[in-house]
Amino acid sequence: MIAPAAALAADAVTKRYGDVTVLDRVSVSVPRAACVAIVGESGSGKTTLLRMFNRLVEPDAGRVQVRGSDVKTVDGVELRRTIGYVPQDGGLLPHWTVQRNAELVPWLKHDATRAELAREALSLAGLDPVRFGTRLPSELSGGQRQRVAIARALAARPDIVLMDEPFGALDAITRGELQETYVELRARLEVTTLLVTHDLREARRLADRVVVMRAGRVEQDAPMSEVVANPATPYVAELIRRALTDDIAAAP
Amino acid sequence: MSARNSCILVALGVLLQTQAHAQTDRAVVVASKPFGESYLLAEMFAQIMEARGLRVQRRQGLGATEIAFRALRTGAIDVYPEYTGTGLLAVLGEPSQPGRSARDVYDRVSREFRRRFDVRWLAPLGFENTYAIAVRRTTADSLDLRTLSDLARESSKLRAGLTPDFIGRPDGLPGLTKAYGVRPRAVRSLLPAVKYQALAEGAVDVVDGYSTDGLIKRYNLVVLQDDKNFFPPYEAAALARSALANDNPRAIAALSELSGRIDVERMRALNERVEVAGESVESVARSALADLGLTGTTTARVGNSTATREGREGSLISYLVERRGQIARMAARHLLLVALSLIAAIALAVPLGLALERLPRHAEQVIRAVGLLQTIPSIALLAFMLPALGIGVVPALVALFLYSLYPIVRNTYSGVQTADPAAVAAATALGMTGRQVLRYVRFPLAAPVIMAGIRTAGVIAVGTATLAAFIGAGGLGDPIVAGLALSDTRMILSGALPAAALALVVDGVLALAERVATPPR
Repeated sequence: MIAPAAALAADAVTKRYGDVTVLDRVSVSVPRAACVAIVGESGSGKTTLLRMFNRLVEPDAGRVQVRGSDVKTVDGVELRRTIGYVPQDGGLLPHWTVQRNAELVPWLKHDATRAELAREALSLAGLDPVRFGTRLPSELSGGQRQRVAIARALAARPDIVLMDEPFGALDAITRGELQETYVELRARLEVTTLLVTHDLREARRLADRVVVMRAGRVEQDAPMSEVVANPATPYVAELIRRALTDDIAAAP
Repeated sequence: MSARNSCILVALGVLLQTQAHAQTDRAVVVASKPFGESYLLAEMFAQIMEARGLRVQRRQGLGATEIAFRALRTGAIDVYPEYTGTGLLAVLGEPSQPGRSARDVYDRVSREFRRRFDVRWLAPLGFENTYAIAVRRTTADSLDLRTLSDLARESSKLRAGLTPDFIGRPDGLPGLTKAYGVRPRAVRSLLPAVKYQALAEGAVDVVDGYSTDGLIKRYNLVVLQDDKNFFPPYEAAALARSALANDNPRAIAALSELSGRIDVERMRALNERVEVAGESVESVARSALADLGLTGTTTARVGNSTATREGREGSLISYLVERRGQIARMAARHLLLVALSLIAAIALAVPLGLALERLPRHAEQVIRAVGLLQTIPSIALLAFMLPALGIGVVPALVALFLYSLYPIVRNTYSGVQTADPAAVAAATALGMTGRQVLRYVRFPLAAPVIMAGIRTAGVIAVGTATLAAFIGAGGLGDPIVAGLALSDTRMILSGALPAAALALVVDGVLALAERVATPPR
C-alpha cells in the first residue's frame, strides 16, 4: 500500500541473486521530510533495498517509486543526481580536495554556483570551508571525512538523502557528534531520509519510524516507541533487549 | 602541430635518414651473417668495391640465414657471403645426397636461385667451409672417436652444444640424426662466440663448428670425419640480387675479382687473425686484399689510428673511453628506438586498456591476445615481418612496439579495474556516468599502476632493442652481435654495459614519472 504523499516507496519488491532471495516482497514507504531507518543485521537485505531507490539495483518483482513516479520511467544517472547519498566509508575521491568533493553533484549538473553551494554544505556539515576546502581526504580525521560525505550529499540541495551505515565506522563519541549534526540539519532542511543501520540506538536517535528487517523480510514497521513497547516478533524483542543491554554497558 | 609531435617526427627522421640515403645514392648494401668469417668476407666485398670507386653501405651481422636471405630477396641488401651447401639444404630444402660434387651443387643452386628468387651466385671464392663436428681430444681418445659414425655410436653419452642455426636446419642436427643416428644425451643452444670455450671447459662434449675456424686449432680439438659424406660441399661465394647486376655491373665486376682467389689455408689464416689474434676485421680485410694484389699495399694505411692498433690488450675502461663517441651515438640511437616504439605503444595500449574497462566482457580475451604477441621469440617476429617491412629501423620499431603493448594494456586495465572501489561506488551513486567514473575517478587513481606498466615496457624494450642489430637497425646491439661473432668480449661489453646503464636510466626516469603521476592522497 503506497501513501500518496510518500517521497520514497517500495511495493512488494523481490530481489534474487541466483538461488538466494535477498528481498522477499518487501514494502516500505517514507513520507516527505520524514526519516525512516531500516534496521537489520548484515544479510538482511537492507542495503539492497536502499540501492533500489537510486536504481543501483533493479527489483525482479514489485514497484519502486521516488516522488510518486516509478523509477523505471526515470534515467538512473539523472535520478541519482537528485538524491543525496552517504556511504559508510565516505567514498570520497581521494585525489580531489574537500571543496571539489563537495562540488561533485552540482558540477555534474553544470551548476555555475557549485563553489558557493559546496561551501554552504560544508558549513552545514560542521566544517569550515576556508580551513578545510583545500585539504585532501587523507588529511582529515574519520569524522571530518564523513562530514565531507554529508556535505557532498547535500550540496545540490536534494530533497531526498540515502544513508548507508553513515556513521558505522566511527568511534562512539564521533558518531554521537555526527548524529547530532544530522538531527540539526534535518530540522533545518526538511529532507527526506532513508537510513540503513544495524544500530537500533542510532535509529532511535535519528528516525521517526523503524523498519526491522531479517533475511529479506520485514519483521516490523512502526514508530520506535511502538517497536520498543510491542515487539512484533521474538527477533525484534531480542534486538531491543540487546540494544538496551548495550546502553547499560555503555553508561558510566 | 604540438612541440611534442614535431619532436617525434624529427626523431623518426633521424632514424630513417640512413635508409633514405642509401636509396637515393644507390650505395651497394653489403651484409653479413653474424659470425666472424661472414663479417670478414663482407668487409672484403665492401673494400674491393670501394677501391673500385663504388659507394658501399655495410649491414653486418644480420640475424641468420633466414633473415639475411630474406633481406636479399626483398632488396633491403644487395650482396652477402653465403655457402652453396646452405643454399641447397636450408633455402631450397633439398635433401642431402651424400657424395655430391661441389660443382654439381654450385650449378644446382645457381640455376634454382636465379629462377626462383631472382638471386645470383657469383663464382665461388675458392674455398669450402663445411660443418666441422668437433670434440675434445680427451673425449676422442677415451671413446675412440674418429668419424661421425663413431660419434653416433657414443652419442647417447654426450652433450651437444650447437648453434641455434644448426639445431634447426635440415643439413644440421636433424640431418645428422637421420644419416648417422646421432642422438646426443642433451642438446644445448650455444652461440658461436661461446661454444668452443664451453667445449674446452667441459660444459658440453660436442660442438658444431666450421672447418675454417681459427679456434679449432687453438683449443686442440678433434674434428670428426664425415665418413658418409653427409655434409654437402659448402663453397663460399658472393650471393647478390640480380638487380645489382643490371643496376650496377661495376659492383659485380669488383666482387668477381675475388672469385677463386681465396683458398682454405688463406681463409683459415685470416680467420685466425680475427678470432684468435684479435685484429680488427677492417684491417685484416685490408691486408688480405693487398696481399692478393687487388688493392694498394697495407703500408699506405698505417697512419690510420684505431684500425692499426691491433690486438685485444688494454683495459676495458680504455677501450670504452676510446670509443666513447661511437658508443654515445649508438646509445642515442638505441634510446630513440625505445622512445619512439614506447610512445606509439602508449598511444595505443592506454586507450585500449581504458576501452576494455567499458567492455569488460571482451577484456580478458583481448589482453590474452596481446599477451600472445609477447610469446613470439623476437628473432622469429623479426623474420616474419621481413617480407612486409624489410630490414632496418621500421621493423625494429614495429617489433619493439608490439612487445611494449602487453605490460601497458595489462596494467592500464587492471589499474582502472581495481581503482578505489569505495570512491568508484560513491561516484556512481551520486550520478557519475560510467565514462565519467572512468575519466575522473578510475583513470587518475590508476595512473601509478599504468606508469608502472610503461616502466616495465620501457626496460624490456631497452633489452629487446639490442636484437634490432640482427636486422640492421643499429643501436647498442651492433657491438654485441659483432662481438659475439668475433669472440671479442670487450666489444660485447661495449654494447652490453651501456645497454644495462641505459636500462637503469630509463627505469629511473620512468620511476620519477610514476611518482609525478601518482595522485595526491
